[in-house]
Amino acid sequence: MTVKPDTTTAASAPRAADDAVGERLSETWPEEHGLWAWFTTVDHKKIGRRYMVTAAAYFVLAGVAALVMRTQLAGPNGDVVDPELFDQLFSLHGTAMIFLFATPMLFGFGNFLVPLMLGTRDMAFPRLNAFGYWVFAAAGILMFGSLLFEAAPNAGWFAYVPLSGSDHSPGYNLDVYTLGLLFLGVSTTAGAINFIVTALKLRAPGMSLNRVPVFVWAIVVTSFMVIFALPPLNVANAMLFLDRRFGTNFFDTAEGGDAVLWQHLFWLFGHPDVYIIVLPALGIVSAIVPTFSRRAIAAYPLIVLATVATGIISFGVWVHHMFAVGLPDLSLTFFSAASLIITVPAGIQVFCWLGTMLMGRLVLNVAMLWVLGFIVLFVLGGVTGVMFAIVPFDQQTTDSYFVVAHFHYVLFGGAVFPIIAGLFYWWPKFTGRMTSRRGGLWSFWLTFAGFNLAFFPMHISGLLGMPRRIYVYPGDTGWTVWNLLSTLGAYLLTVGLLVTLGTLVHSLRRGERATDDPWGGETLEWAATSPPKVYNLPVIPTAHSLTPMWDERSLASFTDGIADDERVLAHQHAVLRTSELDGRLEHPPLEMPEDSPLPLVVAASLFAGTLALLLGWYEGTLVLLVAVAALCWWLWPHRSPIPEDGADGGGGQT
Amino acid sequence: MVARQHGRTRIQRRPGGDDEPPRPSFVRLVVTAACALTIAACDSSAPSTLSPAGPAARQITGLWWLLFWISAVVSVVVFVLLGRAVLRGRRAGERVNTRSGNRFVLIMGVALPVLVLAGVYVVGLRDMRALQHDGEPAAYTVEVVGHKWWWEVRYPDDGAVTANEIHIPAGEPVDLELTTEDVNHSLWVPELAPKVDLIAGRTNTLRLEADEPGEYRGQCAEFCGLQHANMAFIVVAHPPEEFRSWLANESEPAPEPDTQPAAEGLEVLESSSCATCHTVRGTEAGGTLGPDLTHLAGRRYLGAGAVPNNPGHLAGWISDAQSIKPGNEMPPQPLPSEDLQALLAYLETLE
Repeated sequence: MTVKPDTTTAASAPRAADDAVGERLSETWPEEHGLWAWFTTVDHKKIGRRYMVTAAAYFVLAGVAALVMRTQLAGPNGDVVDPELFDQLFSLHGTAMIFLFATPMLFGFGNFLVPLMLGTRDMAFPRLNAFGYWVFAAAGILMFGSLLFEAAPNAGWFAYVPLSGSDHSPGYNLDVYTLGLLFLGVSTTAGAINFIVTALKLRAPGMSLNRVPVFVWAIVVTSFMVIFALPPLNVANAMLFLDRRFGTNFFDTAEGGDAVLWQHLFWLFGHPDVYIIVLPALGIVSAIVPTFSRRAIAAYPLIVLATVATGIISFGVWVHHMFAVGLPDLSLTFFSAASLIITVPAGIQVFCWLGTMLMGRLVLNVAMLWVLGFIVLFVLGGVTGVMFAIVPFDQQTTDSYFVVAHFHYVLFGGAVFPIIAGLFYWWPKFTGRMTSRRGGLWSFWLTFAGFNLAFFPMHISGLLGMPRRIYVYPGDTGWTVWNLLSTLGAYLLTVGLLVTLGTLVHSLRRGERATDDPWGGETLEWAATSPPKVYNLPVIPTAHSLTPMWDERSLASFTDGIADDERVLAHQHAVLRTSELDGRLEHPPLEMPEDSPLPLVVAASLFAGTLALLLGWYEGTLVLLVAVAALCWWLWPHRSPIPEDGADGGGGQT
Repeated sequence: MVARQHGRTRIQRRPGGDDEPPRPSFVRLVVTAACALTIAACDSSAPSTLSPAGPAARQITGLWWLLFWISAVVSVVVFVLLGRAVLRGRRAGERVNTRSGNRFVLIMGVALPVLVLAGVYVVGLRDMRALQHDGEPAAYTVEVVGHKWWWEVRYPDDGAVTANEIHIPAGEPVDLELTTEDVNHSLWVPELAPKVDLIAGRTNTLRLEADEPGEYRGQCAEFCGLQHANMAFIVVAHPPEEFRSWLANESEPAPEPDTQPAAEGLEVLESSSCATCHTVRGTEAGGTLGPDLTHLAGRRYLGAGAVPNNPGHLAGWISDAQSIKPGNEMPPQPLPSEDLQALLAYLETLE
């Protein structure tokens, strides 16, 4: 059991190592500048920051869509937008927040932090990583760009057939949806594979699985979930595209297809996706709480097991989205039980944080305040989640505003609050600057108040019988006052988020310079400089515990390693390789690829091919041959540049 | 905590008076929630799940309040622990406890939740069972067909067909057989029963029963396209005798026009495009795309709750339904003024 030592030389050991070998490493891992470097970089930190900035931009756009909707719904019979635009706005809001904000933002955190926390120098497949980013950015441009042509998805984020079929939704709207998500899925899958391989193969020596930070566990479990959850979505979207374009009948009941099949396939992806969003966010919380409780996370094995269990059980609960479809009662009882059971691992996580705080000594600062706010909202969203597991209650309130309230507590409270907490926590590491405490406090209290004012009344309007996704409502239904409160809350929430943004931008320009380890954190990212050098850590340390930065032996391995060529790795552009379970050192080190324009070329031609498919210009899909050629070039085996190790250093990289 | 480096002092300073300890606001939140919900429950104008008017909805209202109080207790327990952690952390001289915390998490995070959840599950099963009717026959079976964006309501045993109003006898169970003509819809009358979807290619059944005569607002709850928002209906529960006479009347064909303008109106109806989409039983108008108009004059609303049914709105609807409910299937009817007046005169006779 480790606690934060009261006096330590924590940050000084890595710093000493950096002073000793940093210069040599900078030659092997040079900092590139200029336009060419910008387009060709494969540095996980730059890619991670890009993911975060781009996802934040998509968050703003999807948030503006929500503000327009809330303005429309401020009073009865609103006429700010017409129903066609309203449908596109809510469909795009949901689709973008789920696919273009939440997951990419958390992948951004993962990209930046996972290699640092593991004590390595990049992701396992740096070029694949760059490729994933470009695809994600392009998918977002496609989705939001479609709004300019009034062709944004307009059948809701779960796009039920037959409404999403060509009979009822002619036009490009739903093709943007199916192709956009298929295209984006390439990026998400690539990212997931990369996280898994990185976490299993590139950990610092000594970092056996029981010393892996909870955040990394969360990212790995999420990645496995992505790999199993995306195929049903991809299959469903491919079938819908074929139904719409080429007259197949997968979902056409008149021709022997099945409309409920879409719902099963969608939610078989859709419910795990809720945890794909929430688990990494909970991982952020598990990283922040120990630092500001001055002790390691309570019940580490339990919180890891809970994370893994959530990942597995989440594949057995999807029918709770379909309790009103008219499936047999017996099957509903099974999914009801599974939906209740999955709250247990969520509860375990909450009590691990509470235990950590209760047994530690809480330091209340801005990041921690956001975590406390998160716990409140996550618990409130969790208890209504339990309600939806109960079949009769679900049948009464599903598709009402009650469910809108519930999932905003879970997703905004459960993911956006931790994301902002994480931004305040790691900002010094991301940017090298501290944030203003005053700005942070204002941003938290405004956002917290605005959030509750916006979303709490939705519980009530839902119980009062207000269905979701309506662009107008009559004045005599008793919903007006609750909607007005929600709209006012939405504006207040916007102010809070703007203050948050302002605080961060202010820090970039005027913020105090950050030290390497401003909070006294326990994991290895705090051993790097703020912001980290291209090579991350000057010496690859040995992890002797779950909290290497609080443990003298792990810290000593930084200075001990200065003389060890294998731990410095200054003469080759490579990372250490360790065994999957025990983190035992393997030889030789893994050669890492240089910057390359190939990821951008492949992503761009894939995007062009997607556009050609979308517009029905099928000859144009020949542009995909460019992607094939570039991939051949990318994957062409080359001779190992590490001759002195004798063995096969060159294979298996991207 | 002890700030060890210059420059850390500001960041790690424990909060001063500017930070509220969070606990009081949590308690306030729960109390506010309960008050707001109680007030909402008393709001009689809303089609509220909290003011049930039938056995199924009442069962679920009971379930809701049980779940609400369990949730409130669970939330307060967590918030009190959270408040304790915050307050304890601010006390000087507290030592960090180095135990693993496994036992705390196993008791609070596993054992207690499993007990509560098991209880909740059993209650849920009990209520599912209560909502089944064990083969007890319904007094009537009504077919409800979802259309973009209106409800076709058929009484197959009596031949009555109406739209956007489901008439039932109070105190008697009625089965609704739910199908859809186009996309998925969902039939929801919050005061009477939980919702059931209308799924393409399937037939679902919903048992509806109202304790007392009255009108209960219902609305489509599954997004079904452009006018999902204007796909409302009402359930009208009559005293049983009154219901039977309503049904008898509704099953009759349209009355013969007994005035000159009405007779001309019938001619307009039969000769214009009205008849391609609408049926008026007993006339030559036999279209099936739009609602059956045989007893239109008795209905409360036009366009599935879009506007009240009165001559002014009816004239506006016929002339340009698109301006009232954009995107609906009824094209504008540029009738000459005298034809429109005659048509209105005829439609008013369709009681």
